[in-house]
Amino acid sequence: MKILVTVKEVAEVEDEFQISGLDVDESYLEYDLNEWDDYAVEEAVQTSEENDDVEVVTVTIGPERAEETVRMALAKGADRAVRVWDDALEGAEYLSVEAKAELLAAVAEEEEPDLVFSGVQAADDSNGATGVALANKLDMEWAAVVNTLDLDIEGEVAHVHRELEGGIEELTDVQTPAVLTIQSGINEPRYASLRGIRQAQQKPLDVHGLGDLGLDESTLDADIERTSMYEPESEGDATLWEGSAEETAGELADFLREKGVVEG
Amino acid sequence: MTVLAITEHRRGELRDVSYEVITAGRELADELGGELHLGVISGDVDAFADDVNRDGVDAIHTVDHGEEFNHDVYAQAIPQLYETSGADVLLMPNTVNGLDYAPAVADDLDLPLLTDAIALDGGDVTEVTREQYGGKVETTFDVDAEAYALTVRPAEWPRAEGDGDAPVGAVDVDIDEDAIGSEVTGFEEVGSGDVDITEADVLVSVGRGIEDEENIVLIEELADTLGATLSSSRPIVDNGWLPKNRQVGQSGKVVTPDVYIAIGISGAVQHVAGMKGADTIVAINTDPSAPIYDLADYGIVDDLFDVVPELIEEFGGEAPNL
Ligand SMILES: Cc1cc2nc3c(=O)[nH]c(=O)nc-3n(C[C@H](O)[C@H](O)[C@H](O)COP(=O)(O)OP(=O)(O)OC[C@H]3O[C@@H](n4cnc5c(N)ncnc54)[C@H](O)[C@@H]3O)c2cc1C
Ligand SMILES: Nc1ncnc2c1ncn2[C@@H]1O[C@H](COP(=O)(O)O)[C@@H](O)[C@H]1O
Repeated sequence: MKILVTVKEVAEVEDEFQISGLDVDESYLEYDLNEWDDYAVEEAVQTSEENDDVEVVTVTIGPERAEETVRMALAKGADRAVRVWDDALEGAEYLSVEAKAELLAAVAEEEEPDLVFSGVQAADDSNGATGVALANKLDMEWAAVVNTLDLDIEGEVAHVHRELEGGIEELTDVQTPAVLTIQSGINEPRYASLRGIRQAQQKPLDVHGLGDLGLDESTLDADIERTSMYEPESEGDATLWEGSAEETAGELADFLREKGVVEG
Repeated sequence: MTVLAITEHRRGELRDVSYEVITAGRELADELGGELHLGVISGDVDAFADDVNRDGVDAIHTVDHGEEFNHDVYAQAIPQLYETSGADVLLMPNTVNGLDYAPAVADDLDLPLLTDAIALDGGDVTEVTREQYGGKVETTFDVDAEAYALTVRPAEWPRAEGDGDAPVGAVDVDIDEDAIGSEVTGFEEVGSGDVDITEADVLVSVGRGIEDEENIVLIEELADTLGATLSSSRPIVDNGWLPKNRQVGQSGKVVTPDVYIAIGISGAVQHVAGMKGADTIVAINTDPSAPIYDLADYGIVDDLFDVVPELIEEFGGEAPNL
């Protein structure tokens, strides 16, 4: 059995930052493995540990910098990685959900996985859409926002819980092959061990461009164009207490006493 | 240009977002100079259609198939509704179920998709506003297409009120049962337990800023000293540091205390969904650009490990040694 895990390197913005042009200035960004994909990798690796002959392959659309993140997923137990990138991708200002799903689908068609795990959302773009769009392209079943998975490999069915709003879970049976978008909390992602990190250096990491996947630049044509980015004007008018920790804590204490919610 | 908005229900009841998509859809239809149609799929469609027949709705299409939401049914029905209603723009809720069909439907119909819109400005080119980087920035997108799909964030648009008199028509869509590869077998409620954070007058809430499980005692001590109840954001529960019944937010509890003190919580939309109804919100967060400050009444932009011990001592408590 083969599990394909979509893994994104996400950008995190520092506390103080500046926007230049249509994005946050590069110098204020830090990169990390997407939180939801960390859970997806863990779910795949646990599945491979509990069953015989399960191969875990990761796929990432991202520049060379992303290999650090990809190696992290390999260190946590994925067997092999594919990274999609080339000059055309480098030149694209914005990658739509559709374009990304198309690229991931091209990789999935080569890999022919039995299961695809992706994250519920990417922490930076928060489209929350790539996994289900990918399922449709692959003509696979799917389930979004999965926080419990019980896999019946022989029966070709995944018994999942989908986490709905307000503490309600939907119990769903999904035929496999399927794309599952994994919700945080489904498991306990492991830390990469030193040994894992060392081994990860030896694991295969193939890079494919559009041409290698039988695609061309038209895949990246989008009817959607990012036109501006700005810091939202604060809607609230929060009173910010200033001074030393002792002073601000004192202000807050006074406030709580005045409100009458706390005595003493 | 016609807008087709999809309503949502669960376990026999329409969800609030159904009335919000009417408002968002009507505004957009006005800007585009077109009609607003609604799609009502599965469940008691006649009663639902009656309920969503509000001012500004031009037509309602129902699909009577099954009781509960099933994404395969929605994914088959919506493209057919889209065709028969002659719609150009497809508007869907950015809910957990919305995200379980919208991307598939958009892909099926070959429509460009933008999700979780917080503002729409319709025109020859429609401008869509959404957030990025955990709500620290807003981004606008131009959609330069005749037809497109959008999902809108819940609780961003007001509910549509006022009775309407739109014609309601049952649409006989073709559902291929063989193509339904998923089955909803039930529901489960999670997160109950001995503590009910929804009852508390004062909540001291801890987020990922606390860094380590061992440090939680600091916030526990603060809650004890204040006679308040301890709650948290999701990562704390995901990590198993506090039980699920302490989680505030979209997938946790909705709380409305007199005072909500958010400590090391950024204010992600799914968290805010659970606490924006608090009377007074106080934030302690090192990051002045954290979205929690858009909502807070009072704030301390400082390190929680410096502020919280002082606060405990203000009330005569003893801060634990970390
Ligand atoms: C479908 C879905 C459902 C979800 N449901 C929920 C839900 O019900 N509830 C929920 O909370 N989330 C939910 N989330 C997750 C949500 O998107 C966020 O990931 C989460 O709320 C972030 O929690 P946080 O604010 O504690 O962590 P972060 O966003 O990581 O924020 C930590 C904050 O701590 C601050 N900080 C760091 N160190 C310090 C310090 N020393 N002193 C002071 N401040 C410090 C940082 O500046 C930062 O703002 C859901 C997500 C999805 C996709
Ligand atoms: N550039 C990318 N490379 C690999 N996977 C991605 C990429 N972008 C998104 N994904 C996957 O799709 C999920 C949802 O992302 P999004 O729809 O952008 O919120 C992520 O958790 C990833 O698993």
